[in-house]
Amino acid sequence: MLAVVGTVPEEDFPLSTGPVHLDHDCIRIEGRSIPVNRGTPALLAAAIKAGENLGMSPPFAYLIGDTGLGRGSRRLYEHLAGCLGQTEFRAITFHYLLPDVDWHNRVLFAVEEMERRPILIADAGFMYAAKMSGQAESYDLFTPDVGELAFLADEEAPHPFYTRGFILHEDNRAPELIARAYEHHNGSRYLLVKGARDYVACSEGIEATIDRPVEEALEAIGGTGDTLTGIVSTLIVSGMAIRDAAIMAAKINRLAGKYAYPTPATQVMEVIRFIPRAMEVAIKSEDP
Amino acid sequence: MAFLSFLKKGKKRSPGRESPDRGILVFENTSEVIRAENLLKSVGWRIRVVGPPPEIRTGCDLAIEFPLIEELNILRLLREGKLSPLQVVPVDRPLLQPVDLFQIKDFGRYMMVRAANMKLTVEKGTLTIVNVSGGGCPDVPYLAKEMVGKTLVEAPSPRDIGHTLCGYSLQMAYEEMKRRCSR
Repeated sequence: MLAVVGTVPEEDFPLSTGPVHLDHDCIRIEGRSIPVNRGTPALLAAAIKAGENLGMSPPFAYLIGDTGLGRGSRRLYEHLAGCLGQTEFRAITFHYLLPDVDWHNRVLFAVEEMERRPILIADAGFMYAAKMSGQAESYDLFTPDVGELAFLADEEAPHPFYTRGFILHEDNRAPELIARAYEHHNGSRYLLVKGARDYVACSEGIEATIDRPVEEALEAIGGTGDTLTGIVSTLIVSGMAIRDAAIMAAKINRLAGKYAYPTPATQVMEVIRFIPRAMEVAIKSEDP
Repeated sequence: MAFLSFLKKGKKRSPGRESPDRGILVFENTSEVIRAENLLKSVGWRIRVVGPPPEIRTGCDLAIEFPLIEELNILRLLREGKLSPLQVVPVDRPLLQPVDLFQIKDFGRYMMVRAANMKLTVEKGTLTIVNVSGGGCPDVPYLAKEMVGKTLVEAPSPRDIGHTLCGYSLQMAYEEMKRRCSR
């Protein structure tokens, strides 16, 4: 089963744990409803859609409200540090939490106590904390965009906000930034870099480049990186190798974007609706 | 980047230069830093936001660099504004500076500005914010919820409702967008 850890943009949303379902444009957990806007709800909605297509059970989520003050994130970190050791998941995807190195390390200790180590995927704030803590290599997959890749490549930067200017965030420098991230031990086992061109890489170099179909507007649409992380997480839990899942997820996310006929004003739920169709087409195109 | 520059009170120093005469104010969260920055700059203090040194970083940190000799005056003003720094630390080495590069993408009817890891997209004709993307701190979805669908004039400023470095980056993108749209 896939576990997803993240926050929702409501300060008083209580700590909620359990399977998550999609109900029209909202996700539902423990009887509560959250609109799919972007962030962790978008990741979960994409994971649910992808999982339905593969006949999988819905993801299990650990969610709490946090609008940036960090109170919810710290409460969730504390909960995870106390309970994760006794759980069993095939993969855990860590997402929007306020980066906190000390709490990140406590959560990682709890993961080490699990009977079977899950595949660890990190994106957003939790990925920032993983890099800043010097523990990037403990993770199996990071899903940065090009700006976040520059942050991973900058061995000095504790947050993308401080990425030094000489490390330019240009798509065409992604191969160089990937190499630099691994050189400084700030890359996970695999990287899925999302951008105008998506890259799947490991410490040996770039494994695959995915650049079709092209929909430039997707870069402006909040949540399209979250959907990619949700799809790849689901494919990994379905049994696909990480490298193959990353390549397939990039294709599916691009196709779903194309089917939505996006403009920079498109909202992410309009893309999520097309994930099943995109999966069918992408999987069929892989068949011999 | 006007709000990140030193005000013109006193002699300007070059960024990155060692400054043993300076200290940093460390607050509980970024929103307190932003409030303190607004307050201190409003009365002309020569301060700037910086990254704290590694030994006191926790994850999503911003601090205020200030002239150490003015510590008492600055702390008094902050107290009057109901702001209490957690620590006051002297600094004797260069500190991290925020990203100050912007990337602009013109989609024809829409324009996108990126600052650090945050992107803001506006419909040029109406100046309506149509999307906020990027970022990884938990206020990003909240900021998007509050800003998307409103014009640059109507929307709340990320500085006023954001709490993290991603919120601060979005403020930079928002200011750059306003600057470009007012030409």
